[in-house]
Amino acid sequence: MSSDSFIELKNVSFAYGDRPILQDISLTIPRGKLVAIMGGSGSGKTTLLRLISGQVLAQKGQVLVDGKDVGRMSSRDLYQHRRRMGMLFQFGALFTDLSVFDNVAFPIREHTRLPESMIRDLVLMKLNAVGLRGTEALMPAELSGGMARRIALARAIALDPQIMLYDEPFTGLDPISLGTIALLIKKLNDALGTSAVMVTHDVHKSLEIVDHVYFVAGGKIAAEGTPDEVRHSSSPWVQQFVQGEADGPVHFAYPAGNSLAEAFGIKGETA
Amino acid sequence: MNALLNPIRRLGALSINAIWRLGFISRFFVAILLNSGQSLLRFQLTIREVYFAGVLSLIIIIVSGLFVGMVLGLQGYNTLARFGSADALGALVALSLLRELGPVLAALLFASRSGSAMTAEIGLMKATEQLEAMSVMAVNPIARVVAPRFWAGVISMPILAALFNVMGIFGGYLVGVEMIGLDAGTFWSQMQNNVDLHYDVINGLIKSLFFGMAVTLIAVFEGYDATPTAAGVSSATTRTVVTSALVILALDFVLTAFMF
Amino acid sequence: MKRSTIDLWVGLFVAIGIAAMTFLSLKVANLTPQSGSETYTLTADFDNIGGLKVKAPVKSSGVVVGRVTHIELDTKRYVARATLTLDKQYQFSRDTSAEILTAGLLGEQYIGLVQGGDPDNLASGDRISLTSSAMVLEQLIGKFMTSFAEKGSQDAPAKTE
Ligand SMILES: Nc1ncnc2c1ncn2[C@@H]1O[C@H](COP(=O)(O)OP(=O)(O)OP(=O)(O)O)[C@@H](O)[C@H]1O
Ligand SMILES: [Mg+2]
Repeated sequence: MSSDSFIELKNVSFAYGDRPILQDISLTIPRGKLVAIMGGSGSGKTTLLRLISGQVLAQKGQVLVDGKDVGRMSSRDLYQHRRRMGMLFQFGALFTDLSVFDNVAFPIREHTRLPESMIRDLVLMKLNAVGLRGTEALMPAELSGGMARRIALARAIALDPQIMLYDEPFTGLDPISLGTIALLIKKLNDALGTSAVMVTHDVHKSLEIVDHVYFVAGGKIAAEGTPDEVRHSSSPWVQQFVQGEADGPVHFAYPAGNSLAEAFGIKGETA
Repeated sequence: MNALLNPIRRLGALSINAIWRLGFISRFFVAILLNSGQSLLRFQLTIREVYFAGVLSLIIIIVSGLFVGMVLGLQGYNTLARFGSADALGALVALSLLRELGPVLAALLFASRSGSAMTAEIGLMKATEQLEAMSVMAVNPIARVVAPRFWAGVISMPILAALFNVMGIFGGYLVGVEMIGLDAGTFWSQMQNNVDLHYDVINGLIKSLFFGMAVTLIAVFEGYDATPTAAGVSSATTRTVVTSALVILALDFVLTAFMF
Repeated sequence: MKRSTIDLWVGLFVAIGIAAMTFLSLKVANLTPQSGSETYTLTADFDNIGGLKVKAPVKSSGVVVGRVTHIELDTKRYVARATLTLDKQYQFSRDTSAEILTAGLLGEQYIGLVQGGDPDNLASGDRISLTSSAMVLEQLIGKFMTSFAEKGSQDAPAKTE
C-alpha cells in the first residue's frame, strides 16, 4: 500500500471556523491507483478533496502531493499542481454562459495553444467517452442533472490529468450510464496511470473498480481496506455501510446536542 | 441601557465594515490591474463583454438622451425667454449636457442596466461554484471573468456618454427649432460660440471615463464579494446600484471642482 | 478564432461612438482659431477689464476674429494687459481701437475691434494703443448718483437756509 504514495495526508486536522470537520486524518493514494472515500453525508468527504486541490488549507498536518505540501505551495506551485489535476465537482459547476462544447473546450483553450480543429476533435472525443456526443450545441440550462454531471466529467478529463478528484461521479445516473462511467473511470486509471480519489455512496459499483477504500466518520478514518477486505469485514461500521442499514454505529442524524423532544420543549416526558 | 447603546454600536460596526470593504475593494482593483494582461492579449474576451455592457445599453441610452434633451429644450426655453435670451438655447442645452447631465445620467443608467447585470452574473457564478471550478482548473477568475468585464465597462462608458450627449442635443434641437421655431442657424452658432472642445467636450468625456471605472469596479466587486446564495446575490445587486449612484454623484462633485 | 455577429455589433458600437465624438467636437464645439488655422497675437492695455475672461471672443463688426488668450496685470503701470490671438486672415491697421463690450445687458464681455485708417497693418506682438475700458455697472451707477446728488445740492440750499 505505502509502496509509492503520490498523494499523502499526514495527521491532517481541519475546521470550518471553530467547528472541527476532520481530526488527525492520515491516508495515502499510491501512484496510478484509484481510491474511494465513503462516509455519511456531511462527514467531510468533499472537504477532504478540497484539501487536496488546495481550495482550503489544513490547520494541522500536511497534505503532500508528489512530495510537496499543498498548504505551503507558492501560487506558482499551486498553479502547476492544479494544471495537472482534474476535479469533478459535486454539483457539476458547468459554466452557464458557455455551451457544452465551450465548457469541455475551456481547459484546453486556457492551457494550450492547439488549433481550433484539434480542439474540436479532442472535445468530441471526450464527449463521446461520456456518451454525450451530439449535445455540444446545448447550453448547460438545457441539460438534465445526470447529463450535466457527465459533461462536467468530460471537462474534468479534457487535459488527461495525472490526478483526478471525483466528487460523487455516480449520483443522478441511470444504471446503464453508471456502468459506463464506472468503466470510464477505471479505464482512465489503467490507460493514463492517473492517481484518483473518488468520493462515492455507491458501495457495490465502486467496490468493483477501486483499489482501496477509506471510510470517514466523525472526522476520522473509521475503517479502510481493499475491496475484498471490505466485503468480508467484520467491522460494524463497514457492515452497516455495505448493507445500507439505518441502524448501527453510523448515525443518520447530524449531531444536534439535544434530543428532538428537548428541541420541542417537551421536558416532562424525558425526565 | 443596552437598547440605547445598540444603535451606536451598530453605527460603529457599520463604519468598521465600510472601511474594511474600502480596503478590500482597493486591493481588488490592484488585482484587476495586475491580471489585465489576458483581457488585452485575448481581446475577444473583452469584446464579448463590450457587447453585453455597451451594445445592449444602446436603446436605453438613445431614448433617455433624446427625452432629457427635449425636456432641457422646453425648460430652458421657458426660462431663457423670460430674460429675452431664447437665442442662447443651443448653448444652454449643449453645455448642460456635455458638462454634467450627459456623463452623470449615462453613468446612472449604465449602473442600473449593465452594472447590476454584471454583479448578478458574477454573484451567480460564485454561488454555483463556477468561479471555484475555474480556479481549480488553474484559471484565475479575476483574469478570466472579472478583468474583461471591467475593461469592457471602461471602454463602453465614454461611448455611451458621447451618444447620450448627441441624442440630447438632437432632442433640444427638435424642441427648440422644430417645435418652438427658433432659428436653426442661431441655435447651432450660439452653441458653437460657447462650447469649447477641450474645456467642455473632452472634460465631459474624461468624467465619463472615471464614472465607467468606478461603476464597473463596484459592480464586479459586489458580484465577487456576494454571499453565495440567492438572497446574497440579490442584495449585492441592489448594493451595486445604490453605491454606484452615490459614488457617481460624489465623484462628479470632485471632478467638477477640479476641472471647471 | 472565427468572426461572429458579436464582433459586428461591437464594431458598430465603436463606430457610433467615434461618430458621436466627432460630431461633438466638430459640430457642437467651436474649434478655437489656434487649433486650426494660423494665428498671430496682439496685446492691448486697459485701465479696467471689468468681467473680461480668458477665452472671451474678439469681434470686429460682430464677426469673431479671435480670442483672448491671456490676461495679466502690468505691475509697472498698473493696467490690465490682454493678449489677443487672432486668425491670420484678419489683418488690422496700426490705429485700430479696442474696446470691451457687453453682449446684451447681462451677457458676457468681449473685445470689439474697430478698424482705423492707417495703411500699415499691426504685426504679431504689436500693441493696440487706442483702448477704452469696460463699463463697470457699479461705477456707472456711482457717477449717476454723484451727479444726481450734486444737482440736488444746488437746488437744496435755497430751501433749507
Ligand atoms: N464553506 C463552508 N463553511 C462552513 N461549513 C462548511 C462549509 N462547507 C461544508 N461545511 C460543513 O462541513 C461539513 C462537511 O462538509 P462536506 O461538504 O465535506 O461533507 P460531505 O462529506 O461531502 O457530504 P455530502 O456527502 O453530503 O456531500 C458539513 O457539516 C458542512 O456543514
Ligand atoms: Mg460532498
